[in-house]
Amino acid sequence: MAKVTAGVATSHVPAIGAALDLGKTTDPYWARVFAGYEFSRRWIAAQKPDVVFLVYNDHASAFSLDIIPTFAIGCAERFEPADEGWGPRPVPTVMGDPPFAWHIAESLIEDDFDLTIINKMTVDHGLTVPLSLMFGQPSAWPCRIIPFAVNVVQYPPPSGARCYRLGQALRRAIESYDEPLNVQVWGTGGMSHQLQGPRAGFINTEFDTAFLDRIAGDPEKLAAITRLEYLREAGSEGIELVMWLIMRGALGARVEELHRFYHVPASNTAVGHIILRDV
Amino acid sequence: MARDKPYADIPGTTVFDGLRCRDGYHLNQFCLSLMKPENRERFRANERAYLDEWPMTEAHKQAVLGRDYNGMIALGGNIYFIAKIFATDGKSFQHAAALMTGMTQEDYAKMMLQGGRSPAENRSKKAATDG
Repeated sequence: MAKVTAGVATSHVPAIGAALDLGKTTDPYWARVFAGYEFSRRWIAAQKPDVVFLVYNDHASAFSLDIIPTFAIGCAERFEPADEGWGPRPVPTVMGDPPFAWHIAESLIEDDFDLTIINKMTVDHGLTVPLSLMFGQPSAWPCRIIPFAVNVVQYPPPSGARCYRLGQALRRAIESYDEPLNVQVWGTGGMSHQLQGPRAGFINTEFDTAFLDRIAGDPEKLAAITRLEYLREAGSEGIELVMWLIMRGALGARVEELHRFYHVPASNTAVGHIILRDV
Repeated sequence: MARDKPYADIPGTTVFDGLRCRDGYHLNQFCLSLMKPENRERFRANERAYLDEWPMTEAHKQAVLGRDYNGMIALGGNIYFIAKIFATDGKSFQHAAALMTGMTQEDYAKMMLQGGRSPAENRSKKAATDG
């Protein structure tokens, strides 16, 4: 049977991707960010997941305002990097796992999570920056990836509580798949940041630290954070943090923290990263 | 009954809710068209002519021509869609963010290096008035 072996959360700041793609990783500004992922790269090289179920949000790349799915699962064979206005990132094509993705889709829908099925889409920095942070710059990504897009652009996004419960259902879906797969669930986005309006540049280290402190041991408390509180305390774009709760929901009740990193700033954003696994 | 919008109390922040999506639909869809290199070229060659192909209001078009990002947001623009305009201009998110805050990019970058804009005084319009 497939097994959820670990959960990874990380920010997905586009400027991090640009720094990598333009060879700026040793610039002092960016070196501090990448240093926080050195452990993670060694760790994942040893872990060798077969599949990463990657929870992220599209940033007006694959989804226009014509169709706005709240939860969308990528069931395609492959997903090409999106052209977000400056040409696609020079990163490998993302290879999916259609049979497994369909199994998860069917299981989640039967479990009352009404997903949108995606058979064709491009993937933007929300998905590719976490891959770059964890795997570096290989010629091919070392595992299959199931993209799972959550709407956090059009208000209202799904609540943290809904995302947490979806994560729990996701675990049931993964662990009912009849293949011996090593599966990681990643939640991406955040931490506190605001990209728009006169309050742009908003950072709330206290909120972020409390979030990191509680995600292992007290996820129910985090799941109770309202949309208003995210907007007010984590910034208008910090509401992406609901996606971390899908990752956390897919882990068991008791988990251990293997690694944590927090840094301000990467461009406009507080970078947060944590690796958890069941105990 | 009108929907309660408690988020309207957050200072300097425009939440992209349903009515804003409706106001900004054509503006945002224009922005998305800039994801294709051939459209970026046509827009750069003659911005006004390219904008006139879209059923946007004159106010939308003027905000785009003037790179008035706060103006675009006030008219229903969404930051991730508007980002395609400054990406087309070869500008970063930090450039656009600095503009929206009325700071120079240098001062804005310095603020971020010093930990960003503090939550104190930036949580609630009401608290600021009452306080």
